[in-house]
Amino acid sequence: MAELSFSGLGKSFDGTPALDAVSATIRSGEFVALLGPSGCGKTTLLRLTAGFERPSAGSISLGGRVMADAHRFVPPEAREIGIVFQSYALWPHMSVAGNVAYPLEVRRLPRAEREARVAEALALTGLSDLAARMPAQLSGGQRQRVALARCLVFEPRAMLLDEPLANLDLALRASMQEVFRMFHRRTGATMVYVTHDQTEALALADRIAVMEGGRIRQFAAPEVLYSQPADCFVAGFVGEGAVVSARPTGEATAQGTTVEVLGQRIAARADSAAPSHVSIRPENVILSDAGPMRGIVTQATYLGGRFRLSIEVAGETLIAMSPRRARPGETLGVEIRDPWAFRDPDSAALMARVLADA
Amino acid sequence: MSDLAFRTDGSRSLDRLLPLLLLPVALISLGPVVRLMAEGLGYGSGFSLAPVATVLGRDSTRIALIHSLVTAAGGTVLSVLIGAGFAFVVALTDIRAKAALVFCLMVPMMIPPQITALAWMQVTGPSSVLLKTLGMAPPMGSPQPLYSAGGIVLLLGIQHASLVFLTLRAGLRMIPADLVEAARMSGAGPVRVWAQVVLPLSLPALIAGAAMAFVTALGNFGIPAMLGIPAQYSTLPTLIYRRLVGFGPGVLPEVAVLSLLIGAVAIAGVLLGRLALKRGGHGLIGLSGAPLALSLGRARLPVEIALWAFIGAILVVPLIALLATSLIPAYGVPLTPDTLTFRAWHEALFVQPVTRRAYANSLFLSIAAALVLMAVALPLAWLMQRRPSVLSRALDALVELPYALPGVVLSIACILAFMRLPFTGLTLYGTIWIILLAYLARFLVVMLRPIQSSIAQLDPAMEEAAASVGAGLGRRLRTIVLPLAAPAAAAGAILVFLTAVNELTVSALLWSSGTETLGVVIFNLEDSGETVMASAVAMSIVGLIVALMAAVQISARHFPKGVIPWQS
Repeated sequence: MAELSFSGLGKSFDGTPALDAVSATIRSGEFVALLGPSGCGKTTLLRLTAGFERPSAGSISLGGRVMADAHRFVPPEAREIGIVFQSYALWPHMSVAGNVAYPLEVRRLPRAEREARVAEALALTGLSDLAARMPAQLSGGQRQRVALARCLVFEPRAMLLDEPLANLDLALRASMQEVFRMFHRRTGATMVYVTHDQTEALALADRIAVMEGGRIRQFAAPEVLYSQPADCFVAGFVGEGAVVSARPTGEATAQGTTVEVLGQRIAARADSAAPSHVSIRPENVILSDAGPMRGIVTQATYLGGRFRLSIEVAGETLIAMSPRRARPGETLGVEIRDPWAFRDPDSAALMARVLADA
Repeated sequence: MSDLAFRTDGSRSLDRLLPLLLLPVALISLGPVVRLMAEGLGYGSGFSLAPVATVLGRDSTRIALIHSLVTAAGGTVLSVLIGAGFAFVVALTDIRAKAALVFCLMVPMMIPPQITALAWMQVTGPSSVLLKTLGMAPPMGSPQPLYSAGGIVLLLGIQHASLVFLTLRAGLRMIPADLVEAARMSGAGPVRVWAQVVLPLSLPALIAGAAMAFVTALGNFGIPAMLGIPAQYSTLPTLIYRRLVGFGPGVLPEVAVLSLLIGAVAIAGVLLGRLALKRGGHGLIGLSGAPLALSLGRARLPVEIALWAFIGAILVVPLIALLATSLIPAYGVPLTPDTLTFRAWHEALFVQPVTRRAYANSLFLSIAAALVLMAVALPLAWLMQRRPSVLSRALDALVELPYALPGVVLSIACILAFMRLPFTGLTLYGTIWIILLAYLARFLVVMLRPIQSSIAQLDPAMEEAAASVGAGLGRRLRTIVLPLAAPAAAAGAILVFLTAVNELTVSALLWSSGTETLGVVIFNLEDSGETVMASAVAMSIVGLIVALMAAVQISARHFPKGVIPWQS
């Protein structure tokens, strides 16, 4: 296992930038998810790491050795990085055992050792009974596990997974997530997992790199992304809630600062003295008749045990959870408690783009 | 670590070496054609257009050109009538046994033209064994009606009907079924639907097919040679043949001009067909999945009978006549249970050294061409698909040329190019290697296209997955690309073999004593009056070809879609 690091990494295709000055370090043994909408550059970053593309700028190193920069380029076959493709890319002319044994044949391992390691990899992925089958005879979940076994059998220094669950149905996704988690615990492999599904990323990863427009917007643990988003994109993309513009008052508190939001002065957590926005999660919205603001319910959805309410307050739509049903049109007392305030670097331009895409 | 470094170097140097493959391919497939063009401009005797003007000004040239255009045009009209008729009925209606019908329509295309001519000559004329046996032969001394422009047109039309059929059927398949259904919902009857919807939409394909039939008919040597030479009716290919055979290599500059002339006409035809296909893109939208099957109702059985009767007339009758001729002891004797003998077969296959040598030569040439081309086309197709460059794209477009050009043009080009190998005193003229080189140039595209389509359908992730687990380029090509493209390569190899074993036009000009091919031997046997033996050799080749085609047909589901020309 080895540390994987990117420094000023950029890639453009025919002049169109797909990745722009990405710098990040993935620690040895860490499980990192690359999360973002389609076209955000996450797959490009993965393919650069694997060595299928050459970077236009910057460098990639694995375990302290440069894999690619302006002068050097280690081809994919010499990188010792495993990849699990979205399409699985199983070789249709080889059996399950043949697919899994291939990396070891390439390395000219003695037959006995090869067979032992193939059997071990098949057992780990629950495929022992299917060793003689051809890929065409397998279900989607089984193919996925063959791809995983083929990747882990040669003990790569890092493993890349490109939307590995995208082609599976919901029930199978949950059980495969379990397989990945168990697999990561047992091997301690450095894993990079590309997905556009935030529940998958939040559930699996030690840290998540949220990507948009070819850049990493924020790279942090799931709970940090949720409670302390760095900008409007992350606040809107990860988790539920509202992003509302705020006016700094300059008044510091123990946790952060006081901001003016929806016409109210509210104490907010913050790491910036001059925030521009607040992220208001459902748990930050307290419904009580004593609340300082009035809101009108526009939508109520029963989620089992509680109701999810959309409430319009001073022209903004907040999301709140309530134990009791509310009718659309009903007026409720609202209090915002302990939101996260942050300074968005390019809020105006970004919001315009997000709105145009929506 | 040193092991790792070694692997890195190995795969990278292969990555650098592989593009060098483009060079010999370009040299062999395009070099001769370039050399021919240089000859036309007076290469070697000072650049001047005077020889061109002299040759083009001759009466014989003018007459042969007119004959070529007339017979090719007439044959094309006939091909369009037959091919389009079959294509519309097979692609649009609910007749039964379509696969068998299509197979039978394809056989004439795969049978060498000189055998077609020989077979038809056994159907008509005063010496026809079939007619004699039936007691219907015209009186002795009456002319063979096929020795005429009409006879050439008839056989060219039949020979190339399947080209029109295949192109048009492919076009018809692109027409979404719901377009026809929409027309019927609007109240149009079947005839109106055909005339106002189907015909306009399939016109580009029809024109393209016609252009292809015209170019192929223009380059056909076997039919005008067998039927035209006895009637003193010369076309450009037979004129070139007779000049070169009659006067030897001394007339090369002259025949080079003639072959450039026919090549120019052929290229004009090819470009016209391309233009028709490009311009005719109507941008069809809709589901083309469901094939059309208009119900013929009570007319179905009569239509089926008519189609099969037609197949019987153009395929079965000539082959029966050919078989009959091959089973008599001497030409002119009628076939009866008493006269039936396999002597000619025995003689041709086991006794005569010339025919045995021709079999050996043709089999060697076809197998060698198929194997060499398979070995070259696999990495070449991969290179063109995965590492495209300016050079590879140009080559991709130009490898069509040696196949599209008439065979005589390529032969003359090869003689010019390989007569004296540059920088050596060696000549390949008169050896079997010049024929092999010509075959390699001519049939490369037949092998390349199926493999290209198979590699294009291959998910690049298959190779990337192999690279990520440590396999270098050579290993990836060997263990991933090769097995997955193998069915297409096999289909291509069989096609090359079938086409090469049939081949007469190229080898007619390149053979010499000892390097005869099957095509040449049939032609020469017939020419020297050994019709019975020619028929026996021809019939054995027909058997071989039909058996090979049947083998391909039976294993069709193992081949990728679109690789076998007569399968959809």
